[in-house]
Amino acid sequence: MGSSATWALLLAVFLAAIVEFVEALTIVLAMGITRGWRSALAGTAAAVVALAAFTTAAGYAITTWLPESALQLTVGTLLLIFGLQWLRKAILRSSGLKAMHDEAQIFDKQRQAAQAAHPESRFGLDWFGAVVSFKGVFLEGVEIVFIVITFGLNAHKVPAAIAAAAAAGVVVIVAGALAHRPLTAVPENTLKFGVGLLLSTFGTFWAAEGLGLFAQNGESFAWPGGNWSILVVLGIWVAVSRLLVLAFRRRAAARADADVGAGVDAASVTEGA
Amino acid sequence: MLRFAKAVGQFWYDFIIGDDWKIAAVVVTVLVVAAVLVARGVGSAAAIPLFAAAVIIGFVAVMFIDVADS
Repeated sequence: MGSSATWALLLAVFLAAIVEFVEALTIVLAMGITRGWRSALAGTAAAVVALAAFTTAAGYAITTWLPESALQLTVGTLLLIFGLQWLRKAILRSSGLKAMHDEAQIFDKQRQAAQAAHPESRFGLDWFGAVVSFKGVFLEGVEIVFIVITFGLNAHKVPAAIAAAAAAGVVVIVAGALAHRPLTAVPENTLKFGVGLLLSTFGTFWAAEGLGLFAQNGESFAWPGGNWSILVVLGIWVAVSRLLVLAFRRRAAARADADVGAGVDAASVTEGA
Repeated sequence: MLRFAKAVGQFWYDFIIGDDWKIAAVVVTVLVVAAVLVARGVGSAAAIPLFAAAVIIGFVAVMFIDVADS
């Protein structure tokens, strides 16, 4: 894999990890402030251990049982589905048809839920704070692990992908520790748009290469132009996304005009994370 | 045990399929059709651009269906 493709890969991992770390930080902060730092950090530590076990098991299974073309096909397909989900949300948000992801609002909701929860102590910990922190860190962490494993294995750059994710973690944790509040200044929607584009691009590229599994020799297909075609695929996804945003913005504006009398907000059409 | 299996299944469904199953359906359908074509002798020069174009067209169609439905 060429150096430009490698840098694109590392950028994708770094940005995706930033987004997921920010979301996990919001949950841990809310639990730490309302239910106590001991329980929140214990839940976080348990999630990190579970993630390490998950990563080892998944990495071993994938590298041991899948031949090259099957790996590309499996990983490419999963990345494509995953990336297109991110891209879908980003397009709907950019066009005003979906409410923007609001870290401060999520923090407030988590804090209110934590304040309302009944105190329950297990193993000397506040169980609500520990469990919510565990779930938040594990679920966001699985997404990071998934991206690190898929990108790293397919490009044969696992250590670099891990380093990129770890760097993102350090950046977010240091920023969170200094700010001591959710990182609302992080342009999460823009980052998600960029990551969605990169995941969709690499997903398209690798899934197409993996189609060679069904050819008579079972070997991976090669794109015309090799890795340079990644840039072409990326350019096409950028153009398609941009056109969709423009088309849907017009639609959102028309709806907003129509809803003025009824007092309906265009962004309330769809909700979600 | 059943509850655990259900929770694991739900986790993977949410993780991979997300909140729009149509995207996964499009990708898998395009992949199956492309795999059949390749198995029948279509080479990489035709299969790769066809696959990429079908995924993009499918995604655009899903987006318009989503917006029209909402």
